[in-house]
Amino acid sequence: MKIRKPEILATIPSFLWLALFVFIPVAIIFTIAFKPALAAGGIGEGWSLDALKSLNDPVYPRLLLRTISISLITTALCIAIALPVAWHLAKLSPKWRSRILILIIIPFWTNFVIRVFAWQQILHAEGAIASALRSLGIIGETDRLLGNSVAVIIVSVYTYLPFAILPIFAAAEKFDFNLLDAARDLGAKPFRAFHSVFIPGIRQGLITAILIVFIPMLGSYVIPDMVGGTDNQMIGNKIAQRNFNDRNLPQAAALSGALTLLVLVPMFLRRKERNS
Amino acid sequence: MSGYLRFENVTRRFGSFTAVDRVSLEIEKGETFSLLGPSGCGKTTLLRMAAGFDMPDEGRIFLDGMDITQLPPDQRPVNTVFQSYALFPHLSIRENIAFGPKLSRRPAKEIRSEIERMLELVDLTAHADKKPAQLSGGQKQRVAIARALVNKPKVLLLDEPLAALDLKLRQRLLIELDAIHDEVGITFIYVTHDQSEAMSISDRIAVMNKGSVEQIGKPAEIYEAPRTSFVAAFIGDTNFLDGKITDRIDSRFSRCAIEGLGEIIIDNDKPTSVGDRIHLSLRPEKILISGDKPNLPENGNLIQGVIEDIIYFGASTRYWVRCGDWRLCAEMQHRTYQLDQSPLKWGDAVHLHWHANDGYLLEKYREEDESLLTLPDEE
Repeated sequence: MKIRKPEILATIPSFLWLALFVFIPVAIIFTIAFKPALAAGGIGEGWSLDALKSLNDPVYPRLLLRTISISLITTALCIAIALPVAWHLAKLSPKWRSRILILIIIPFWTNFVIRVFAWQQILHAEGAIASALRSLGIIGETDRLLGNSVAVIIVSVYTYLPFAILPIFAAAEKFDFNLLDAARDLGAKPFRAFHSVFIPGIRQGLITAILIVFIPMLGSYVIPDMVGGTDNQMIGNKIAQRNFNDRNLPQAAALSGALTLLVLVPMFLRRKERNS
Repeated sequence: MSGYLRFENVTRRFGSFTAVDRVSLEIEKGETFSLLGPSGCGKTTLLRMAAGFDMPDEGRIFLDGMDITQLPPDQRPVNTVFQSYALFPHLSIRENIAFGPKLSRRPAKEIRSEIERMLELVDLTAHADKKPAQLSGGQKQRVAIARALVNKPKVLLLDEPLAALDLKLRQRLLIELDAIHDEVGITFIYVTHDQSEAMSISDRIAVMNKGSVEQIGKPAEIYEAPRTSFVAAFIGDTNFLDGKITDRIDSRFSRCAIEGLGEIIIDNDKPTSVGDRIHLSLRPEKILISGDKPNLPENGNLIQGVIEDIIYFGASTRYWVRCGDWRLCAEMQHRTYQLDQSPLKWGDAVHLHWHANDGYLLEKYREEDESLLTLPDEE
């Protein structure tokens, strides 16, 4: 396909934007990863593989495993909740549909950090939920709702759920529900019709939802920092620690670079699948 | 009670709207039965209840002696051809057709040969590996039929299957559909709002209006002997005349006074007596129109008028003729039309004539049905 000149001109602004705020910063991070660190903080002259070697730290595999499993669980929960929500939303009358969509979007009007802070209060040991669970004997006197990976997952699901609902809803809205009637008519039970006709029908939206939740989750930093404990750190916290506490920018950069590559792998797979 | 597929006093309401109102129907095995009516008449709701997508609020549905009223769609031995085709976009044509057989757990080899047979039946073997989006409307329609028929349903339900196609393709597919019906011998229920489709494909037609069945019969019965003004006006076109019986000529014919038109002779299709108010349906093509005064047969009617409007259709021409207080529509076939012959024009004084047999007395007349007639605006 031949690209005409006006089309190139039209893509220049967005290309410049990407270059300036994505490609160049990423390139800088990858470069810093190969620089020596100064004891006083900052980046030294010349080149060094020290930061890269630091990735060999035995803490990292476990950290990575925890990050991936928390991200996977959060993604799975978000999709599991978003699917029925989007389904019913798509079947609603346009009037009710827009009302409920607004309710889903309204929380965005409050700052993200403040919403996580609110969760700190909700899950607090002296809070209503903890007290109720304690009096019912579901949790013990010393058990806490905060400071563990369950809290991280709950708050993450809360935060990312709308991002999962919206693309799935957008796909479900375009889905022809007659296809489900057709599947039932041809002998499929309701669940069979759902997974062999509805799921393929909203596939694009589903994949978008998974990526849009899973990828930011991998880099999650604020939520584990505020509601997770010191034992429930994710990679994002480690990067922040290297950066702010240790003042070791090359090590932080090496970790960030590794994470970026990790994220690019599923993106690449998706691209490949799309082309096939 | 016979009837292969039987609706017994079936009623379906949506809120305060009664979509189907105490409908009873008996459809025979192997016939092509049409549900014909305008949109909102309840025909699609009736079909959806036969398929199992909807349940009646009252009444029962029987298929081959079995009560299927409460059966979910996947357990009914019927299949549907949807108006939108509803082909699975992510599956190839072959996979679409295989969807039903695969669920039935029949042996894989049998399924494969059955699918090839179906592809051949609908002449799509060459397109079997394409996706639905790559097919034309007519081809999609044929896939939808094959996908339904491959399951060997006891009844095939067709929901306005040709509505989305253009006229020529519709006519061709209608003939194909009829040929398929002859080949597979399955009972077809055909829902349509298009009277010519229903007339050409059906063994019998049920004409529906506002949730009720107005008349059931063979196409010719429905056309030639409509029971109600709705049937007369919805199927084809007609003239409604109302008058009073003034005199009984013999057992077959009566004289009837039409206010503002004159006296005409009618056939006593229904038992009538002097003084009765009657409503007559008179099809436009039964009225002959001529400039010269014709020779009238016995029991013929002759009325004089002036042409007010003309529509040329090619095969025929339609004339609206002012006769006293009435405006009658007459249609003339051009069997030997010649361009150089001077045709009738606006304002010409003409003679309309028809035989008393040509009119048909209606059992039930509603004034609102007049709005179904095609009449050019009165000036």
